[in-house]
Amino acid sequence: MSATAAVPQVETPFRRFVSEFCASPLAVGGLVVFAIIALVAILAPWIAPQDPYDLAVLDIMDGRLEPGSVGGSGITHWLGTDDQGRDMLSGIMYGLRISLLVGVGSALIACLVGASLGLLAAYAGGRTDTMIMRLVDLQLSFPTILAALMILAFLGKGIFNVVIALVIVEWAYYARTVRGSALVERRREYIEAAMCLALPTRRILFNHLLPNCLPPLIVVGTMQIARAIALEATLSFLGLGVPITEPSLGLLIANGYEYMLSGKYWISFYPGIALLITIVAINLMGDQMRDVLNPRLKK
Amino acid sequence: MALYLLRRLMQSGFVLVAMSLLVFLGVYAVGDPIEILISPDADQIEKERAIRALGLDLPLWQQYLVFVGKALQGDLGRSFVFNEPAIQLILQRMPATLELAFGSMFLSILIGLPLGLYAGLRPNRALSKGIMAGSILGFSLPTFWVGLMLIMVFAVQLGWLPSTGRGDTALLFGIPWSFLTLDGLSHILLPAINLSLFKISLVIRLTRAGVRETMLMDYVKFARAKGLSPFRVTFVHVFKNIMIPVVTVVGLELGGTIAFSVVTESVFAWPGMGKLIIDSINVLDRPVIVAYLMMIVLMFIIINLAVDILYTVLDPRVRLEAKA
Amino acid sequence: MSTLEVKGLSTHFFTRAGVVKAVEDVSFSVGRGKVMGLVGESGSGKTVTGFSIIGLVDAPGRIVSGEILFKGRNLVGMGEAALRELRGNRIAMIFQDPMMTLNPVLRVDTQMIETVQAHQKVDRETARQRARDALGMVGIPSPDERLKSYPHQFSGGMRQRVAIAIALLHQPDLIIADEPTTALDVTIQGQILAEVQKLAANTGTSLIWITHDLSVVAGLADDIAVMYAGRIVEQGSVDQVLDVPFHPYTHGLIGSVPSRNKRGVPLRQIPGTTPSLMSLPPGCAFKTRCERADAACETMPGLAEIAPGRFARCVHPHIEILPA
Repeated sequence: MSATAAVPQVETPFRRFVSEFCASPLAVGGLVVFAIIALVAILAPWIAPQDPYDLAVLDIMDGRLEPGSVGGSGITHWLGTDDQGRDMLSGIMYGLRISLLVGVGSALIACLVGASLGLLAAYAGGRTDTMIMRLVDLQLSFPTILAALMILAFLGKGIFNVVIALVIVEWAYYARTVRGSALVERRREYIEAAMCLALPTRRILFNHLLPNCLPPLIVVGTMQIARAIALEATLSFLGLGVPITEPSLGLLIANGYEYMLSGKYWISFYPGIALLITIVAINLMGDQMRDVLNPRLKK
Repeated sequence: MALYLLRRLMQSGFVLVAMSLLVFLGVYAVGDPIEILISPDADQIEKERAIRALGLDLPLWQQYLVFVGKALQGDLGRSFVFNEPAIQLILQRMPATLELAFGSMFLSILIGLPLGLYAGLRPNRALSKGIMAGSILGFSLPTFWVGLMLIMVFAVQLGWLPSTGRGDTALLFGIPWSFLTLDGLSHILLPAINLSLFKISLVIRLTRAGVRETMLMDYVKFARAKGLSPFRVTFVHVFKNIMIPVVTVVGLELGGTIAFSVVTESVFAWPGMGKLIIDSINVLDRPVIVAYLMMIVLMFIIINLAVDILYTVLDPRVRLEAKA
Repeated sequence: MSTLEVKGLSTHFFTRAGVVKAVEDVSFSVGRGKVMGLVGESGSGKTVTGFSIIGLVDAPGRIVSGEILFKGRNLVGMGEAALRELRGNRIAMIFQDPMMTLNPVLRVDTQMIETVQAHQKVDRETARQRARDALGMVGIPSPDERLKSYPHQFSGGMRQRVAIAIALLHQPDLIIADEPTTALDVTIQGQILAEVQKLAANTGTSLIWITHDLSVVAGLADDIAVMYAGRIVEQGSVDQVLDVPFHPYTHGLIGSVPSRNKRGVPLRQIPGTTPSLMSLPPGCAFKTRCERADAACETMPGLAEIAPGRFARCVHPHIEILPA
């Protein structure tokens, strides 16, 4: 198969997807907002007013300043400061880095693990299928938050451990999705044709079966990134997530909890808004993608 | 029906055994059992005595049998922190969690069902689109942050509702309940709203999707062709069909709600099982963690069973299959 | 006076992709106790015609012009409440798929009694009595027992009998039957056809029998209207139309039905597929598949009376086969 010949076949559904995705202004808005957030997170070390991890630049005298006040170091703290005098805007920018890293990273790894197992289950069938799907059922019947809590209770805190916990609680969604669509695709004639041609299994799996399972996988993946970010924030809020030295958005919110009762709302409020905007943006994109990629809704 | 129930009970027993094995392995094989089961302050002699007393010198499968044997007698170890049987601690906190969970389920149905019904019946109205946009927000809002904001607005700024604790309780069947007193109700309101937010969105979406799908069915058109009033078509023909998925999902969500109350209880300092488990994890009070896990698994099994039974009551087609 | 007179009916669907002219300028009438066969392929507009008569065209579709005179009263533009009064009472409808027409979660008695009570103020017992009688009339054995069943406990043929019994509950003046036998086995199809014919003859009920199967209408209908792409292309008494079809489409339809006395002769087929109703070319809709098409077909021909009581919408009708 030459690459040039394949282009029009690959391009057409993709272009149609793009044009249908753009039909929803909300989804496009979500995409733009998410792109900005991702950019801010990536560029944080260069655009943040302050390095929130550098304890040398933090001045405890600047602690709990209201939004808009000017601190001792001459920086205007547009979103105020936390109890240690950390600039909230910088904290949020750096926090976004961690939240996105954990969310996207765990979703990708979970996708890799889950999709492989789902594909294997659908292709192998029989006992392998039963075993994998029993595991999936068990995983899905248990609430994610609880499973993640338990895993972290045994593993301990840390970014890496949070990612492991998230992967363990999320792989099953991908596995179920991929298995479902792979089972449908498997019965299609083109797979039978490929099998009749005695193409190698690996090639049937990855060149024929997987590309056709991608649409639902993309939808689930998008939604799972949002879930992973929210879950990480929740775990960090409960004190079981990322360590205090590298605060994610959830931890920033937790830090502000005790000051909120005395009316110092901004320490919890702004990181929460950042978290909310990120999740909503992803969900808006995912929602539209689900509608566009779901053949059942097409008339 | 009896046969069906028996089969379901056997399945449930199987799941319970499987989960106990998982928990056992998690606690005894993955972690260091001595660190888990014996107070860290104990000296060497005490430790060795305890190891023998706990049977930790036995092979793993024998240890598992001992663990199961004790668990069957309701003995899941003693809390290091409270020095009380772990199971007793959990049971003491359970009513608070249950009333919070049921309160939030009640709210989610009370609010979600009418909104979803409206959005499904009038999908093109602006209000319906608003409801659906709101439900995306409900899915996106992190529970703990919404809890904080509720406290900030209603407890700190407006001062209308209390933000922590259960308030006054009244006894019913010898158990203290908050929802029986006015003060208790004012305490439960904010956490219940907080916990129900996600489920309201879920119920809205389920109901709307169900209504939209059912409205297209031939039997709805046939019901209309019979000259029935729109009220009867909606509330008998459509409603009874959408109740099946809604009841199933909401019922199954009860387990998730109990689990997720971990977050809400932490935010509102609600003295339930969830708050206990977070505190226990933070101080590594592992017997309590084990006891909590086993209780949750047991609850899940009971809930699943109850939902299945309810499902057969609602859908006559399932009843037949069960008989056959 | 005819029971039903349809004059220039047009029903369009206003979708986002464009206007679908599902029914365009359709006129026919059905006399008392007569059977009208409405024939066409799927998508020819015959079902939408039926729904237009009973007033159940759902958004984005609506009747854009024409009159539907039912016993002299125009149903187009009639209020919803007045229409509801007629539906299931004076005008009944039977749907295509008996597996889908009855609500799966309601018992048969519920679905029958509600139909009785929707139009008559009678108590439940009387209504049940009526339901039982109706079931007996359509040949369902032990109707008392069957009333307590759920639809899934019936076979397809039995369900369609139940649907017919529901349609008969109020001895309507008109029954619209939308391919009611298509989903059934041939033997059951024959039984139901015979029974419906008998019932119509006995009660003076008029019938509109919608089908794509010419052999069904051949033995059942008095008159026939053939629809293509939303319009009636040929109309007349059933014997005349089937014996000497004028329109090339009807001609093709009859030619493509296999039959014993045509053995050995290759079946004729109509080349091509039905055009999209969204982008109908100007002129005759059939011209792309018609062997007789020429430049004259670029303008839409009217429905002309070619022989007494025989109408066809064609520039080049098959008049050469007319007996001189």
